[in-house]
This record gives sequence, C-alpha cells and structure tokens, in this order.
Amino acid sequence: MSAVVEFRNASYRIGAREILKSLTLTVEEGETLVLLGRSGSGKTTALKMVNGLLFPSAGDVLVDGTPTRRWEPVRLKRRIGYVIQEIGLFPHYTVAENVGVVPRLEKWDAPRIRARVDALLRQVGLDPEQFAARYPAQLSGGQRQRVGVARALAADPEVLLFDEPFGAVDPVTRLDLQKQFLALRRDLGKTAIFVTHDVREALMLATRIALLRDGALELVAEPRQFLTALGDEARAFLACLDWKVDPQ
Amino acid sequence: MNSGLASEIVQLTLEHLTLVLVSMAIAIGVAVPAGILITRRAAWRPWVLGFANVMQTIPSLALFGFLIPVPLIGGIGKRTAIVALVLYALLPIMRNTLVGILGVDAAVRESAVAMGMTGRQLLWRVEMPLAARTILAGIRVATVTTIGTATIAAAIGGGGLGVFIFRGIASVDTAQILAGAVPAACIALAADGALGWVERRLKADR
Repeated sequence: MSAVVEFRNASYRIGAREILKSLTLTVEEGETLVLLGRSGSGKTTALKMVNGLLFPSAGDVLVDGTPTRRWEPVRLKRRIGYVIQEIGLFPHYTVAENVGVVPRLEKWDAPRIRARVDALLRQVGLDPEQFAARYPAQLSGGQRQRVGVARALAADPEVLLFDEPFGAVDPVTRLDLQKQFLALRRDLGKTAIFVTHDVREALMLATRIALLRDGALELVAEPRQFLTALGDEARAFLACLDWKVDPQ
Repeated sequence: MNSGLASEIVQLTLEHLTLVLVSMAIAIGVAVPAGILITRRAAWRPWVLGFANVMQTIPSLALFGFLIPVPLIGGIGKRTAIVALVLYALLPIMRNTLVGILGVDAAVRESAVAMGMTGRQLLWRVEMPLAARTILAGIRVATVTTIGTATIAAAIGGGGLGVFIFRGIASVDTAQILAGAVPAACIALAADGALGWVERRLKADR
C-alpha cells in the first residue's frame, strides 16, 4: 500500500476565517476514505484541494508524492475524476458526448472513445442503445448521476473524488447508487475520497472514515471502530442511527 | 409606379443593406470579444458597459452630427454612418454576451474546470455554445434597431433608404416617404424573422 493523496498540515482560510485547520491525513491506494462532517466542517474544501480547485493557504496536499502546486493544473485534473451533487452534466452534449469529454480532451481516436463510452455506460447500469444519444434533460436524477460517475471514470483516473454525489436523489434511488458504488469499487479498485454528511452512507461505503468538525480532524477510524467511537461529534452522528421512528 | 422610382428603390435598398451588414459585422466583431473579456475582468464591466450605455442614450441624429467633425472616422458619408451604427449596436450584443456566459450553471463550469479543460476549451466548448442563444438574441435586437436607425444615415450623406424619407419630408411627398419606410420595415421584419428562426433552432438542439 502506498499513499496516493497526502494532506500535510493543510490549512485553508478566507480572510480571518479558518475553514480547514492543519489537516494531516493520508489516503492509501485502493481505499475509500469518507470525509464525514456537518455542513461547514471543511470537508468539501479538503476535497477541492486534491484536484487543485483550491490550494492550501498553508501546508501541502500531495498527489503521488508531488505537491498540487507543483503539478501542471490541467494534467492533475485529468488524472482525477470528480463527481458532485449537482452533477454538472453539459446540457448541450448527449450522454455519450458527456461521458467522452475527457477522452476527447486527451485526443483519443473516435472508435476508442465510442468503445469506452459504451463500456462505461454498461458499467453504471445504463444501456448504451437506449441512453447514448439522449440529452441530460431527458434523464431522471438517478440516471444523470450514473452518467456523472461514468464521465468521471472515462479516462481511467487514478483517484476519484465524490462530493455528496447522492445527496439530491430520492432515498430509493440513493440506495441503488450506493450499491452501484460498491460494485464499481469491487470491479475497479480505484482510490476514492467521498464527502458526505450522512453517517449511514459513510458506514456503508467507507474503508476508513475521517470525521471533521469545524475544520479540524476529530478522528480517523474504520467503520467498525467508528461505531464504538467515544468523541462527542462521533456520538452525535451515531445518534442519527439509533433514533427509532415511532409512527403515531 | 414608374421604372425610375422602382430602380431607385432597388438601388437604395441594396445600399441600406450594405450599411446594415457592414455595421453589424463590425459591431459583432467588437462587442462579442468585449463581452467575453468583461466576463473575465469584473472590474472593467462598469466602464465598458457604461461606455456602450452612454452611446445608446445619445439621440441618433445627434450622434451622426457629433461624428462629422471627428478626424479619421468622421466627415460626410458612409464611413461616419457606419461608425455611428456600430456604436449603437454595441450595447445589446455586449450585454447579452456577458449575461449569456455568466448565466452558465456554476456546477457545469466547475465540472468543466475539474475535468481539466483549459480556459479556452471552457470558453469554446461549454460557455459559448450555452450562451449562443442569448448572444444571438442580442444580435437580433441590434440588427432590427440598426435597420431603422440606418435611415438617418442619409442626413449625413450616408445614403440608404433614408434618402427617400428625407426627400419626402422636404417636399411633403408621402409617396416618397413610403418608398423609403416600407422597404426598411420589410427588411427589419425579414431580419427579425430569420434571426428568430435561427434562435429557435439553437434551442431545439437541447
């Protein structure tokens, strides 16, 4: 196992506000590290530092041992897949064109792109015959998110970043997408960093959970250990699981 | 209608069309890049838009008059008329370019950047296609306005269908006024219809 992504005392501040406080954390090859925290805990900020959408105000974030600042920005971003809650599919591109964006930027030839797009659509559970020529506006929320995942995987990136990707879909679809995520991980074994505020999702998908509170790292634990963690913030999240609904 | 008047209508209509086409080509060539530039430089926005705004507030006849004594671009004739028409057409095109590009969904832009598009790729593959319809709407407004305003070019020797109108007013000859006004109105309607059709086609692509 080797470190693919490493935060070294990485801080981020806007003016006087410190959004991320000296984060030190290592992400190993093949693992799914879940950044868990409330809104404003700094988890999205940490994620955006990995692909150079943000740079640390102090400290470093290393990808493959090289600080993100020293990477050529375009090269770094093309090696890292990125999936966000709003998905951000290009509305003027078909599903196939959306999935093929990065391969096109990387100047793959057309037959190779088409083969890749078809394979990816199947991998995320969409029949290429049926979906390749559609536009994003003609898809359901869950289908769009599948296309978003396929697009992020297109150029076979080394690391995948997920920013609350399943937060905006209905719970039934969410469970489908989460199962899909586990299947993809089993098949592809990619390194992933996954941001969520949903403790259930964190326990289901993570190989390790990093809990953030007010920009500081509270604890890092495997899901089983996390269940018995003693800190206030961990207990607060775990209490969400214990709450039993009692219908009137 | 005698054949002399008919051939004059054809000739002045062509002259009018030339004025409009040349002016619009220059205005688009200036206003679209300027609009793109101010999406990247927010500090320049009030200055650039302010200039275009002021140009639009000057009454058209006065603007034509103001330009006559200006060296290089001024004087009597077509060149001055084109400069004035360009200044008039800038604002709607520039503003719609700005609004169209800024209107691109933030998540779409973030995805494009995160996928490793360069600034140029972001502009040409994402922002411009998505802003195209808004920009075209600005061009459509500017074109229709220019067709009407170009009739005033005759006042400073710019030619075009305004020649009929000014002559008709001077000699209290309604037929002459109509000989200028009706073709100008027809051109404006045709341009509006054609550009509107293109606009709807762009929409149908998505």
